[in-house]
Amino acid sequence: MRLLHPENVEDIALGAAVLGTGGGGDPYIGKLMGISAISEFGPVTLLSLDEMDDDALIVPTAMMGAPTVMLEKLPKGDEIIKAFHALESYLGKKITATMSAEAGGLNSVTPLTVAARLRIPMVDCDGMGRAFPELQMVTATLYGVSSTPFAIGDEKGNSAILNTINNRWTETFSRSITVDMGCAAMIACYATTGKDLKQWAVPGTISIVENIGRTIREARRAKANVVEAVKGAVGGFEIFQGKIVDVRRRTEKGFARGEAVIEGVDEYGSQKLELHFQNENLVAKVDGEIMVSVPDLITVLDTETGEPITTESLRYGFRVTVLGIPCNEKWRTPEGLELVGPRYFGYDIDWVPVEETYG
Amino acid sequence: MRIGVDVGGTNTDAVLMDGNRVVGWHKTPTTPDVTSGITSAMKTVLQETKVPATQIKAVMIGTTHFTNAVVERKRLMQTAAVRLGLPATESLPPMVDWPPDLRDTIGNHKYLVHGGHEFDGREISPLDESELRDVAKDIKSKGIRAVAISAVFSPVNSSFEERAAEIIQNEIPDASLSLSHEIGRMGLLERENAAILNACLGDLAKTIVESFRKALKDMKIDAPFYLSQNDGTLMGADFAEKYPVLTFASGPTNSMRGAAFLSGAKDAMVVDLGGTTSDVGMLLRGFPREASVAVEISGVRTNFRMPDVYSFGLGGGSIVSQEPVKIGPQSVGYELTTRGLVFGGSVLTATDLAVAGGLADIGDSAAVKHLDPAFVRAALDEIQTMVETAVDRMKTSAEPVPLILVGGGTILVSRQIKGASEMVRPEHFPVANAIGAAIAQVGGETDRVFALAELGREEALRQARQEATDKAVAAGAKEETITIVDVEEVPLAYLPSNAVRIRVKAVGDLAL
Repeated sequence: MRLLHPENVEDIALGAAVLGTGGGGDPYIGKLMGISAISEFGPVTLLSLDEMDDDALIVPTAMMGAPTVMLEKLPKGDEIIKAFHALESYLGKKITATMSAEAGGLNSVTPLTVAARLRIPMVDCDGMGRAFPELQMVTATLYGVSSTPFAIGDEKGNSAILNTINNRWTETFSRSITVDMGCAAMIACYATTGKDLKQWAVPGTISIVENIGRTIREARRAKANVVEAVKGAVGGFEIFQGKIVDVRRRTEKGFARGEAVIEGVDEYGSQKLELHFQNENLVAKVDGEIMVSVPDLITVLDTETGEPITTESLRYGFRVTVLGIPCNEKWRTPEGLELVGPRYFGYDIDWVPVEETYG
Repeated sequence: MRIGVDVGGTNTDAVLMDGNRVVGWHKTPTTPDVTSGITSAMKTVLQETKVPATQIKAVMIGTTHFTNAVVERKRLMQTAAVRLGLPATESLPPMVDWPPDLRDTIGNHKYLVHGGHEFDGREISPLDESELRDVAKDIKSKGIRAVAISAVFSPVNSSFEERAAEIIQNEIPDASLSLSHEIGRMGLLERENAAILNACLGDLAKTIVESFRKALKDMKIDAPFYLSQNDGTLMGADFAEKYPVLTFASGPTNSMRGAAFLSGAKDAMVVDLGGTTSDVGMLLRGFPREASVAVEISGVRTNFRMPDVYSFGLGGGSIVSQEPVKIGPQSVGYELTTRGLVFGGSVLTATDLAVAGGLADIGDSAAVKHLDPAFVRAALDEIQTMVETAVDRMKTSAEPVPLILVGGGTILVSRQIKGASEMVRPEHFPVANAIGAAIAQVGGETDRVFALAELGREEALRQARQEATDKAVAAGAKEETITIVDVEEVPLAYLPSNAVRIRVKAVGDLAL
């Protein structure tokens, strides 16, 4: 058990961009909200997974919709509390803790507001170990945990409860409701007991992103090599270093898809890396050969500053280092790969563990 | 004839132009009050060229007055920030992410009221006129005369900001109002921040405009004057009083615009080599490419149209160390002419390397005779690499582009830069910035979200072009000269309804 203060939140938001693998939304607004909630209500208690009682009731909370919209229509602040309470009264049980659904991007810090305001602990884990674009893409789905009853709330005070036959349907319905709510809504779902959570959650991920953020901050202060520091902190492999020479983009089915071509420098001198993205970075090929693919993490860092680069800001001329990071083992099963493997995203390729290529 | 003036960190430059011809120019040190440097540069250029003041038809000034005021936290007004968005946005009130000292300087007066729109134009909640009148009365009772008004998604629908402005103006007739949709872009906090910065500069803007007016009168110049904006266009004195914040970062923009004019290139890379730092920017259709991410001004995040400039620590005054070879980022800056070796000083600078390498003939070349030629070569190679890396970073494709070198530090670069199809050192390159001010046009811009599902792409683009053109005319452009210089479409991620953010910029010649 430990306490999260505003400075911890800064580090978490910074590190979450690394696990955001180019997507997941800018954590800036979530960070400001988390910091202001902690300043007003006091620090948030972070509990490790094994500190949870088996009969505890934990509910992940998250933002759903377009991060671009949330930068404009800032939250009221209590919509997430409303969603949380709606679920609690539907369940007829007291919820003991909240957690992050995804440790990558803005939802790493979204639950801080709930935890601070309701003075409940946040659990040091998440349901992805990275960022993914759809609601059913959490490890809970692999363990048969239902996303419903699912609560969604907006700033006007509206809330809805969904019951569905599977988590894909929850994604479908909640996406429509989110659009009606103005493309930015707060959700509470995947209610789970402490016992079950220990089975399905990706453990320790809040501490991991915080550690990444702290490492970046300290490396910057010491004027050390930030990329090297990040590599150490994430336990990943450097798969490429070079310069972006081409970026192609198109919009398909509401997703910003595209490819970036990176020309190697130094030891990668004669090689080319092709990066495929769909909001997040999904596949990296070097000279036509697949080196890393989803669900393993592909993170692009500015070689000079160590700043994680989002897929929206990939641009010709950037000097970048590409890291491959092994995903959580839960994704590495046939069921996991069916849910979030390359084929789900439309790439007809087999997933190869990043450490087999680089380890 | 026109006079263009640009205020830099080290020098204030003035140039006198007859049509497209440079008649004369003058450089003078920038003064702490800024204005006296401007008038001194203008007076000198008129004296040296012997052109009578009556010949001057327009004066264009790129100034740092307003940036300096924010940085120094001086001469800023008490400002009220009124945001229409309730029940949304309550968690993060105006100025939430500001440096506390700046927030306190302008009083931290903030008001949240109902209103605002959704991304697709629906109302979040109706505008509450009596609520706004109460807010206006409270602002008035505190004696505040500067008000910034923001509304959620005002770039999509600005009607609530406009109605709120009428109500507040009605209650406080002498208030100066800054509307966020007229200044910033998508991103509420950043746009609102830009509007608040603009509002708190209101009194200073009036003072500065008045002081320029007086200075011109003293010089017997009977001509309109304009201020340079950061997008490379001009604003008249009346407009400048209302939108001082749009002068931020006009310096790098003026240099790039001047480079475009002097070289005749429309699409090119510009390297402005200064005394301490150098700026690289990309010209697209004659205008600087604009930054697409939030730009911090003295600790405040803003998102209005700033030039996308990459600055790096290389300039004529950069201090050179020998083991290992390293150039900058420390610099002797404006003391180059006393501290550099060729000027009799004791600090080895980049300018000394240029003299030792035979690239320039400045000062006393005997003072650098002792330098090892191998070291000089290595150090000049390093300078070359620094410029090449910076240029490449700003390029948008692998295609070679023309490269224009301007600024006093151009002597540092001798060889062809990799990735450049040609290298141009135009005539009058030391005052490209003032020339950029003198030749500027006027423009209009629109930037908002369109729902393509309803409008279709062609109609959305047509509307955006028309809005930009209308704004350019309103700003003083001759309608028949207006051209669309920039169209950008950005699909919004994770948004299923095919919404696209479209930004269009139109410019035209000044109707004199």
